Amino acid sequence: MVWTGLTALLSHWRRRPVQLAMLLLGLSLATALWSAVQAINGEARASYDRAAAILGQDRLAQLVREDGARMDQQEFVRLRRAGWLASPVIEGEMRFGDVRLRVLGIDPLTLPPQAQQVDIAAGDQLLPFITAPGVLYAAPETAARLTEQATPPVRVAEGLPPGTVLTDIGQAQVLLGAKDKISRLLLWPDQPIGRAPLKVTAPGLTLREPSETGDLARLTDSFHLNLTAFGFLAFAVGLFIVHSAIGLAFEQRRQVFRTLRALGLPARVLVLLLIAELLTFALLAGLVGVALGYVVASALLPDVAATLRGLYGADVPGTLSIRPAVWAAGLAIAVIGTLVAAAQSLWRLWHLPLLAAAQPRAWARASERALRAQGVAAMVLLLTAAGIAHFGSGLEAGFALLAALLLGAALALPLVLTGILHLGGRLARGPLAEWFWADTRQQLPGLSLALMALLLALAANVGVSTMVSSFRLTFTGWLDQRLASELYVTARTEAEATAIRDWLAQRSEAVLPIWSIEGRVAGQPAAIYGVADHVTYRDNWPILSAVPEVWDRIATGDGALINEQLARRQELGLGDQITLPGGWRASIVGVYADYGNPIGQVIIGIDTLVQHYPDVSRLRYAIRIAPGKAESLAAGLRAEFGLPAQNVIDQAGIKVFSLKVFERTFNVTAALNVLTLGVAGLAMFASVMTLSGMRLPQLAPVWAMGLTRRHLAWLELSRGLLLAALTMLAAVPVGIALAFVLLAVVNVEAFGWRLPMHLFPGDWARLAALALLAAGLAAAVPAWRLARLSPSDLLKVFAHER
Amino acid sequence: MLLRLHQIDKFYPTGEGPLHVLNGIDLSLEAGKSLALTGESGSGKSTLLHLVAGLDSPDAGEIHLGGTNIVGLNDTALAALRRGTVGLVFQQFNLIPSLDVAANLAFQARLAGRPDPAWLKVLAKRLGLAQVLTRYPEQLSAGQQQRVAIGRTLAARPRLVLADEPTGNLDEATGDAVLDLMLSLVAETGAALLMVTHSNRLANRLNARVHLHAGRLV
Repeated sequence: MVWTGLTALLSHWRRRPVQLAMLLLGLSLATALWSAVQAINGEARASYDRAAAILGQDRLAQLVREDGARMDQQEFVRLRRAGWLASPVIEGEMRFGDVRLRVLGIDPLTLPPQAQQVDIAAGDQLLPFITAPGVLYAAPETAARLTEQATPPVRVAEGLPPGTVLTDIGQAQVLLGAKDKISRLLLWPDQPIGRAPLKVTAPGLTLREPSETGDLARLTDSFHLNLTAFGFLAFAVGLFIVHSAIGLAFEQRRQVFRTLRALGLPARVLVLLLIAELLTFALLAGLVGVALGYVVASALLPDVAATLRGLYGADVPGTLSIRPAVWAAGLAIAVIGTLVAAAQSLWRLWHLPLLAAAQPRAWARASERALRAQGVAAMVLLLTAAGIAHFGSGLEAGFALLAALLLGAALALPLVLTGILHLGGRLARGPLAEWFWADTRQQLPGLSLALMALLLALAANVGVSTMVSSFRLTFTGWLDQRLASELYVTARTEAEATAIRDWLAQRSEAVLPIWSIEGRVAGQPAAIYGVADHVTYRDNWPILSAVPEVWDRIATGDGALINEQLARRQELGLGDQITLPGGWRASIVGVYADYGNPIGQVIIGIDTLVQHYPDVSRLRYAIRIAPGKAESLAAGLRAEFGLPAQNVIDQAGIKVFSLKVFERTFNVTAALNVLTLGVAGLAMFASVMTLSGMRLPQLAPVWAMGLTRRHLAWLELSRGLLLAALTMLAAVPVGIALAFVLLAVVNVEAFGWRLPMHLFPGDWARLAALALLAAGLAAAVPAWRLARLSPSDLLKVFAHER
Repeated sequence: MLLRLHQIDKFYPTGEGPLHVLNGIDLSLEAGKSLALTGESGSGKSTLLHLVAGLDSPDAGEIHLGGTNIVGLNDTALAALRRGTVGLVFQQFNLIPSLDVAANLAFQARLAGRPDPAWLKVLAKRLGLAQVLTRYPEQLSAGQQQRVAIGRTLAARPRLVLADEPTGNLDEATGDAVLDLMLSLVAETGAALLMVTHSNRLANRLNARVHLHAGRLV
């Protein structure tokens, strides 16, 4: 019985391979985009975990300075004498040629076993490690990047995170220019009883408990949440195809279901057979989807890695590993998605009356009551979105707002289109025009799922492109302000820096120091910069809000400027006091825009910086000179001091680099956007194709009454274009609302800065052209088939005996 | 002579080779007259009707309608013929589900460029549809739907009405009532009627009848 029933059910797909292909393709694509995002996120998170686990930070407590600054080596000596079992570590970033790396310096003799990343004591490796010129241990990909650079000998060590080199602490102090300094002390798990209390021995230090998630994981959470949201949107759009295809297949087989029931197949067995059929499809499409997802992820990962490096300083390898969790999650989401998409159809089947009259295309005819219910649901969702916008806060609230807005708008679409088509019908003159509008309205229920998918994709496109273009416009203007100096030079040593300063004194209009230290401000990692009292800053710095005479107060050491992200994250404003590394306090006199920087930043006067941090590195300078002379001065600098090319960069070079980082940041979003649009286009194609097979009974009578097949085909094409154009029109306001939420809520929560919104109608026109092209292509195939259809196929509609 | 068929042949391709559906058919019909075309299932009745309507073309022979041989006309000319000269009534009604009764009734006349509101009003009244003009096809009974289909055809005042089992989907009483209406209205408009039917009883009500058997007139 079961096998016979299954054979009857499956015969449907044998006769409709295109429909089966659309179902599998929709599900595969939906799973693919979701899995791609999961694979990327998984790779990044594994990398953060490796970084967090380095030197056993996830298992060992540490001693650090409260302000995050480096401590003197003497602190370590004092603690050891007081009985503490601790091991010093120094950490910092530096360039080897054009490769920027995180340098970790350890003391192999005191390192706790839990922190031993590399077996340095094995064989005869210890001596070369602790004696000059030392040894750098690096992951294979990092070691490969260093082959061309002048470095101490490099050895490959598996297990180290990418972008990190491990070396002896003495060697690291030399490389980082931080003699006798250490960043933190790793504590052995078992400490001697009776050791002197920390507050007595090292009062400036504080105990940091082991943490499984590093700063990077926390910092990049919002970025990965963004990706996940996009993956989910793509998945939801794909599910529209699946829902549509399953609904259609169920309706087409309604007569078969009724016959099978009448012949004695119990409803329960029928439903179970259909669930089994769907699960088989889901697993098949899921496997293809996850495999496709890996392909998409492999293509996107280099850009994601570059973004994470550029934006957060996080090193993620550019290659993917195959993770069982991604496969399992991909298959699970395919199965869950299929069952969710099929739930309505299965429910209807369960309640199918055995003797009810057949209602062809009943699935496509949304009753007025159903449409009203959909309208009420849309209204509730849109009101919920308004409520969240007014009362909600936080990134999760931002995404909930986006979800409610998009789903509400999608549900409202058929209602809006019905209204417009009604109006069109009222204004139409002539029988064909009246029939066109009325028939289009009648097609709407069958196409509404595809159109809703298209609306979501188009709105996401309008929203994200508005956000990115607004960001680009603001960012470009901000770069012009921020990079006002013509040249930027970095000396290799303090002595060279002094010589360069002297050399430039007679050859430039101004030499502005770019000196900074790192530490913690208001509990957050931050950089503290000193600026000279110069017109460059007064005229150009992108101040968002400030007290009067702000630059005078900075120059006199009477205040600090902070960047927007620090102000927003810590809810700091003008007049508030902040404690800076070293424990001194300053009043906030201004807030400035600092796009693209993940951490807090503070600006004080250069004299104040030197006064509080006399050991500050003095290697970097901005040079003011007439723009026409910049190139020759750069050449002169390189020639005079033998500086490598990357140590003397002109303004244009930095701008190009910054814009490149910016563009890569949004490459992934843009790619996901395009893929989502592709999935929506496919949904449209699938719906039009499957509906076209059911259109003949409606078109054949009109043909019989005197319209040519060609004319009908043009009308079919126009119908597709009209619906796509109306959907695009509806997508614009939804997209603008989406952009507003992204700019005013999500970005502020995720990155800490708010951008002004700019509108780009030209982009919408391009998108509209693309949407019309997609809809035109989707409608063209069935229209072309209709135009070429033989009269005998059309006559089958009227045949009742042949 | 309004309609004249000469030596019509029609083949359908099948897995076992071409099937000779119509074989050397000769037939004629004068204006204002009615002719019943009877035959068993598969004898080629509907195919013949479709050829006359310009919905399909024969493999051989000539079909003269109003003096014009329609065989070989292009798609546009055939469409114009269907709009202006012939009217079709189907067994399955084939109304346009998206249009209400009034729009369905007026549809073909407006397509043909011959809208006549006064005639439409008469038709609606005679067909008993005056009370359901704002309803949609799916809200009508089968008998009502067929009356709408007849009204739609006659509203355009075609010279030739082609009816394919027009009462095949109706019970006997309803079918008789619908046929009565159709015959009287066709007579009033002066059109000729070619009707395909299984029923001898119905066929006998027309001016003449011919019988098709295995693709030949007998």
